[in-house]
Amino acid sequence: MGVPDHPNISKSEAQEPMTDPAILLSLSNITKRFGALVANDAISLDLRKGEILALLGENGAGKTTLMNILFGHYVQDEGTVRVRTNGGNMTALPPGSPGAALSAGVGMVHQHFTLAENLSGLDNIRLGTEPLLSLGRRATARTRIKSIIAESGLEVDLDRRVADLTVGEKQRIEILKALYRDARVLILDEPTAVLTPQEAEGLFVVLRRLAANGLGVIFISHKLGEVLAVSHRIMVLRGGKKAGELTTAEADRRSIADLMVGKAVAQVTRTPGRAGDPLLELDHVTLAKSGSRSAVADASFTLRAGEITGLAGVSGNGQAGIAAMLSGLAVPDTGIMRLFGAPVTRADPRRLVQQGVARMPEDRQHDGVVGTMSVADNIAIEEIRSPGFSRFGLLDNNAMRARAESAIAAYDVRCPGPDAEARLLSGGNVQKLILARVLEREPRIILANQPTRGLDIGAQAEVHRRILAARDRGAAVLVISEDLDELFALADRFLVIHAGDVVDAGPADALDRATIGLLMAGQSHTTEPLAQ
Amino acid sequence: MDILLDIFASANFWAAAIRIATPLIFGVLGALICERAGVLNLGIEGIFVAGAMAGWLAVYLGAGLWGGVLIAALAGAMFGLLHAFLTVILGLSQHVSGIGITLLATSASYFTYRTTLPDVSSPPRIAPFQPIAVPGLSELPFIGPALFQQTLFTWLALALVAVVAFVLYRTPLGLAIRAVGDNPASVEAQGLSVRGLRIGAVVIGSALMALGGAFLTMSAFDAFFFGMVNGRGWICIALVVFASWQPGKALLGALLFGAFDAFQIRLQAEIGQVVPGQVFLMLPYLLSILALVLVARKADYPRALLQPWTKGQRH
Repeated sequence: MGVPDHPNISKSEAQEPMTDPAILLSLSNITKRFGALVANDAISLDLRKGEILALLGENGAGKTTLMNILFGHYVQDEGTVRVRTNGGNMTALPPGSPGAALSAGVGMVHQHFTLAENLSGLDNIRLGTEPLLSLGRRATARTRIKSIIAESGLEVDLDRRVADLTVGEKQRIEILKALYRDARVLILDEPTAVLTPQEAEGLFVVLRRLAANGLGVIFISHKLGEVLAVSHRIMVLRGGKKAGELTTAEADRRSIADLMVGKAVAQVTRTPGRAGDPLLELDHVTLAKSGSRSAVADASFTLRAGEITGLAGVSGNGQAGIAAMLSGLAVPDTGIMRLFGAPVTRADPRRLVQQGVARMPEDRQHDGVVGTMSVADNIAIEEIRSPGFSRFGLLDNNAMRARAESAIAAYDVRCPGPDAEARLLSGGNVQKLILARVLEREPRIILANQPTRGLDIGAQAEVHRRILAARDRGAAVLVISEDLDELFALADRFLVIHAGDVVDAGPADALDRATIGLLMAGQSHTTEPLAQ
Repeated sequence: MDILLDIFASANFWAAAIRIATPLIFGVLGALICERAGVLNLGIEGIFVAGAMAGWLAVYLGAGLWGGVLIAALAGAMFGLLHAFLTVILGLSQHVSGIGITLLATSASYFTYRTTLPDVSSPPRIAPFQPIAVPGLSELPFIGPALFQQTLFTWLALALVAVVAFVLYRTPLGLAIRAVGDNPASVEAQGLSVRGLRIGAVVIGSALMALGGAFLTMSAFDAFFFGMVNGRGWICIALVVFASWQPGKALLGALLFGAFDAFQIRLQAEIGQVVPGQVFLMLPYLLSILALVLVARKADYPRALLQPWTKGQRH
């Protein structure tokens, strides 16, 4: 989509930024350092009335830091934030004061929602808007919020506890919070990361409507497609610096990708796999919902040696259940799971690992490493009882250090050394640590759950290369991912999961994104056979 | 069976139950306010002692009964401020700080008592709060003596239950306190001060705890003894969980405990020759553990309880 009827954008090019009356917000030369890291390096930005500005960049490019400074969560080291007041003048915001940002009409929807889950939506919106030592104005608040809902299309049940709302509804409450405070600038940090494609489309409709009513919107994202779909103007950050700025009309995928990455990253190319013996089979397996883990309704598939199977699906459709069974954390309620031909009847992660299953968990920081333990401990942790690392029940620290040192070198884990605490490592380096832990044993089955989520393009390529190399050595791999590009880069075959049902979509070469998308949305492919 | 009937049919028993429950009502309300804001206050046991000593001493030195109540509340608020400084401002472990405050407040109270009154052998007495017979109502059969012959201090506790419930559920301040105990980020994002709310809640909550102690020396008894608080603070910590952090249920929990305790005293008098007295002393605590096991497994803890908040922390 191109730039809509928007005279301000073209006109403003000729004007002095500060005197253009359409400018709502102006950041100039913002610099922020965290220790030695320069998260923002002299970044300037203007936002105009009725405009959707996309702030695009890879993880770690400094997008969220910049917005946290604008909103007063962080204090910048240099630079100023100016906002147009009701009187029409641009005034500087005091650094580090969310209260000041709020009252100046800046609203922010964080990636991690800032909602009190024990309160209703209505109370979350009211919070902080009425004098603390008063009786409050609940009824008046409700009337006003209802009219904002009617105007913006942000439908949501105001009286339910936030804990009982869906992610999409929570996000609508967050946007309502900002609008209720008369926000004239709305910042959304990675708003689609948690949404289904349909919910995301609904959000875009709302944002266009809000912009048409005169709101200025900053939309933070690292997804090219949605940025092109929803924004009027794009600003690209890279490594804490402004890498470029362009109107969406003149932008294309190629040019923006180059700006984001800065250099051409060697693409990993997949050669066809040679499928061998079945190593793991699921036969009409079910697994009940448990906690936040959604149910597996009917899963039948086979993982074969020398083949990568990709499991596509919208998050929360049963992937976690599949992953739990393959990790040895759960056994099927009904149906049979066979590992190397033998049924698995007991959840026994240690035995599973000994048999040659490698696990790369979805939440690698939380489930993949013990943050307060050292890199060396974390690398040895799955084999701590093997003779290599312990003798008569006592740890052999020298062996563990030696192993860690060779792993750090071989897998390029960037860290101060084997004794560094794992929590200090970046996401990409944690993933490399996990690769070093599990791949060194030459596993026969590999579960890679969201293997590159949150990693930069360089680390992504490295992880992909390692997974492909393990396959070529004869491992059976299951890659679970929400990123279709990643699955097409790796998978020899596709499975699609929807509402707990796993569908075999067949060889990757015979598939395209549209077909997978339909299956992800739950439409069965009855019209024509896709597989074989 | 007859013994049980006799006990439950006596108005005296119910009056005692309410009297025993009163300090617990103060304590459990105080702990509830702290925890609703996300701060566990294990200083409660020591703050009880401090309140008992400070209130009593103030009255003994001539401050008058209500003056004593005020002094006790101030003493509690002071220790609350210390706990808030350590846990909210410095972000230290709430467990460690709370236990430390219990030790400090207890010792400081005994120290003050001993140094102020170095020469007394038996504890001096004050004129405590007297039961107020509510005209008319106290004449009612059974209910009259049980409910309407309590001291004003007990009425204060009952009134505070209503006040705390009202503030918590019906005012913007209560909204903010409930929010800051669930997700401090929600409060900060709406421009309120996480620290301000938490410090305020801990100070007010600690003042209420101290009133629980003051009730012991100024209404239930008329003197200050060593060891007189005797675990009442810890019981309140358990009662808050039992009450699911709700003032109404907190009142119910305190009354239940009071009834158990009054019951065991009477049972002991009746069949004390057959069963050792220690068994009866155990009874209320055993029952509160049992109640906790039944209730607390499903307890809906304030999500941010025990978590320190640092402004601008990286998520």
